[in-house]
Amino acid sequence: MGYKTIVGLEIHVELLTKTKIFCNCVNEFGGDANTHCCPVCLGLPGAIPKLNKGALEFGIKAGLAFNCQISEWVKMDRKHYFYPDLSKGYQVSQDDNPLCRNGYVEIEVEEGLKRIGIQRIHIEEDTGKSIHTEGGDTLVDYNRAGVPLIEIVTAPDINSSEEARMFLENLRNILRYIEVSDCKMEEGSLRCDVNINVVDTETGKKTNITELKNLNSFKSVASAIEYEERRHISLLEKGENTAKETRGWNEVENKTVVMRDKGSADNYRYAVDVDVLPVVIKKEWIDEIRDSLPELPHQKKERFIKEYALPEYDAGVLTQSKELAQFYEETNKYAKDPKQVSNWVMGDVLRRLNDEEMEIVDLKFQPKDLADLLEFINAGKISNNIGKKVLREMFETGEKPEAIIKKKGLIQISDEGELEGIIEKVLDENQQSVIDYKNGKDRALGFIIGQVMKATKGKANPQLVNKMVRERIEKR
Amino acid sequence: MNITRLTAMEIREKVINKEISSKEVVKAHLNRIKELDEELNAFITITEEEALKAAERVDEKIKNGESLGKLAGIPIGVKDNIITKNVRTTCGSKMLENYIPPYDATVIERIKAEDGIILGKTNLDEFAGSYSTESSYFGVTKNPIDTERVPGGSSGGSTAAVKAHEVALALGSDTGGSNRQPASYCGIVGIKPTYGLVSRYGLVPLANSLDVVGTFGRNVKDATLLLEVIRGYDEKDPTSMEIEGSSYLEKLKEGIKGMKIALPREYMNMDMDSRVKGKVMETVKLFEILGGHVEEVSLPHVEHYWATYYLIVVSEISSNMARYDGVGYGYRTEDYDSLDELYIKSRTEGFGEEIKRSILAGTYILGSKEGREYYEKAFRVRTLIKEDFDKVFEKYDVILTPTTPNLPFKIGDSIKNPFEMYGSGIFNIPANLAGLCAISVPCGYVDGLPVGLQIIGDRFKEANILKAAYALEEELALGGENNGL
Repeated sequence: MGYKTIVGLEIHVELLTKTKIFCNCVNEFGGDANTHCCPVCLGLPGAIPKLNKGALEFGIKAGLAFNCQISEWVKMDRKHYFYPDLSKGYQVSQDDNPLCRNGYVEIEVEEGLKRIGIQRIHIEEDTGKSIHTEGGDTLVDYNRAGVPLIEIVTAPDINSSEEARMFLENLRNILRYIEVSDCKMEEGSLRCDVNINVVDTETGKKTNITELKNLNSFKSVASAIEYEERRHISLLEKGENTAKETRGWNEVENKTVVMRDKGSADNYRYAVDVDVLPVVIKKEWIDEIRDSLPELPHQKKERFIKEYALPEYDAGVLTQSKELAQFYEETNKYAKDPKQVSNWVMGDVLRRLNDEEMEIVDLKFQPKDLADLLEFINAGKISNNIGKKVLREMFETGEKPEAIIKKKGLIQISDEGELEGIIEKVLDENQQSVIDYKNGKDRALGFIIGQVMKATKGKANPQLVNKMVRERIEKR
Repeated sequence: MNITRLTAMEIREKVINKEISSKEVVKAHLNRIKELDEELNAFITITEEEALKAAERVDEKIKNGESLGKLAGIPIGVKDNIITKNVRTTCGSKMLENYIPPYDATVIERIKAEDGIILGKTNLDEFAGSYSTESSYFGVTKNPIDTERVPGGSSGGSTAAVKAHEVALALGSDTGGSNRQPASYCGIVGIKPTYGLVSRYGLVPLANSLDVVGTFGRNVKDATLLLEVIRGYDEKDPTSMEIEGSSYLEKLKEGIKGMKIALPREYMNMDMDSRVKGKVMETVKLFEILGGHVEEVSLPHVEHYWATYYLIVVSEISSNMARYDGVGYGYRTEDYDSLDELYIKSRTEGFGEEIKRSILAGTYILGSKEGREYYEKAFRVRTLIKEDFDKVFEKYDVILTPTTPNLPFKIGDSIKNPFEMYGSGIFNIPANLAGLCAISVPCGYVDGLPVGLQIIGDRFKEANILKAAYALEEELALGGENNGL
């Protein structure tokens, strides 16, 4: 193929500070309209912003986690445009001196690790929210106005929808690890815009950059990139070019549609906001923040491989989220076999969580409960299959495995005396199968064992049944 | 006793001593306003009811033997670009004609906490953006000394009200001379404090990097009293600062013996009304007689003041005016078919000509490549201007200049000759650009019109300018001369 896709992302992330960026109003999602507001975040005449140290600290944290250089000092700038949800006619943001610069996030591609550059991260205030009523009115809720944001701008290093998805997942995992944001796209605490164009690698001919908005999930980011890739290439093939424009993703029709023309560059008339005094960021403070950073996903993954002798794949899955990794480690404290724990967590636990669209923190049972369950299996008290049934029950009721096993009488039958009678009865009832097996039809044995298990409601120790059935047939 | 002839200090004393009640004081001043203000138009809003209630509270406190604040019973006017809770704050603009704010500016909180009594909101140029009070949506204010003339601006309502004894004290704001020029034109004392001495929280910004809240009185002591109350760090304004040291009032009487006084050569050589120059030179000699050492100094960048100031001020104005968009509060056009039309018509109809000119100029400066080059150059020149003053203040305590190069002009003249009006602030601008403190104090009359002397001091050295102004006032004892109405 002679085409290369070039993608850069702009990601807005709401920070989890207690208060807003320039006032003491509470920073909380939701709430009755216009109840988390004061003269400052409403932008009333005469009110003066005061920079929240926490917002700066969270911004620095993110910068350090993404391997950025942190600016020695910062100022805030006014970015002017008119929109009803913008209470002052300008957004207080950062123009030419962003808080963080020149970082990267790594993703795993076929050839190995690939670095996606982060050009800059700056802090700014969020705007209010316009609400369009059925009657055709527009109302504005300013609860969100003044919520601290970071804007993360990547280099155009992303070359496919899959790379974009991996990048976003890693970025989100890191932001959640360092607890600066909950990164919920559905609540708008993580928002992503895409800049995309395509270059013909033989002729060097490029399409104009299209800006994509209205992307409400990582999936729509990927789909929109794929759609645009095809659109740009087909235009190039026809010898045409794309218009410089902003397009929105229409999830229902699975396509992008023109939002606005970007023929002339935006003119935001940036000017320094002299009300917010410049802040010097001391090296000691940066060091303090760096020291306070938790173990990041890739570091945790390395450790899991070493400490628990896990395959790289397992370690990668288990460290996707801080909570999942924590659940795994906690279970391991009580269990004996880290790989077995990994199999169960990655397998039955994660599968069920995904099916139910739940998070690990929503589990009704504790890590120790899972470890106890595994101990029942390892001690031969229940079979693997019974174990899975018990786990399902734990999932639904949160009951302890021991209680479930007792209540349902699931303890494995390993008593030869008890099994003998059952086996003899099955053999008597299935004479033909016994003959078949003796004539060399191995499948008949499986059938007989199945009948024994059925007769014991699955509680018979399978290894023991296998051994005993063979012996009894031999004796006949 | 003619209550309205009392000084602020005298009013407080007599109220506390129960010679007169706070209510009597308020009523006397309200009567004075009723008698004069139809002609003068110093007030946009008179808060009679609130003022009478506040006076009753003061009288109640006196009756109960409670301690009283520093401004007990003193009637005060507030420039209408300073936010007052539940009292409309118009900024002299149609845009905010019916705007009632939900909070008090910090300076208002401090006045109320010291038992000062606010009688109303005074007229100003729209958003404090000019020098004559003629650009107010609420009509021009007349100069009490000569009602055919402007009171100056933009704090012309406050200075006229103080001069006419409608109030004893008033608040103003000063971005490029808006306290000093009208104080000079109305023959009263006007203080422009150091940037950061007084909280700007609740001062509707014209140009944030230059704006300060200042005070007016008919004498230095009165104006100082009000400054004493409003100054000091405010957690709501990160640019404000606490300055340690004893009260300014205590320092007034220290005199100026040995004070090193600078007279900028370039200023005195500028084109100005010879009567003003003559009066100022006479006054300078007085300072020597009082024990000061006057020497000529150089402030070389005077020719760049206006351009530097203008580039910064209109850029900041264009940004600050962006919030008046007809959406959340303020004027909204009645008829619109789209969001863009709502913005365009609301702003076209809501703003006056003077402010629109500034918005246009500022938008061009911030929005064009050439404009931004000028803008950035203005910041560099601003630093040079600061350095000029830093150099002088290494050796001198205060700088003397005329407050304005001219005398109060006639109403309507500025439209014919806007440059004369803008030029009237030329000696005031540098104190804003460099963040210095300054005061205008009356130094005499020529042809029945007042001349003001400007005394500029280093950052946070208010004590020096106040001492010098007080010494001059004591020496001149101008009290009786042409008080106008």
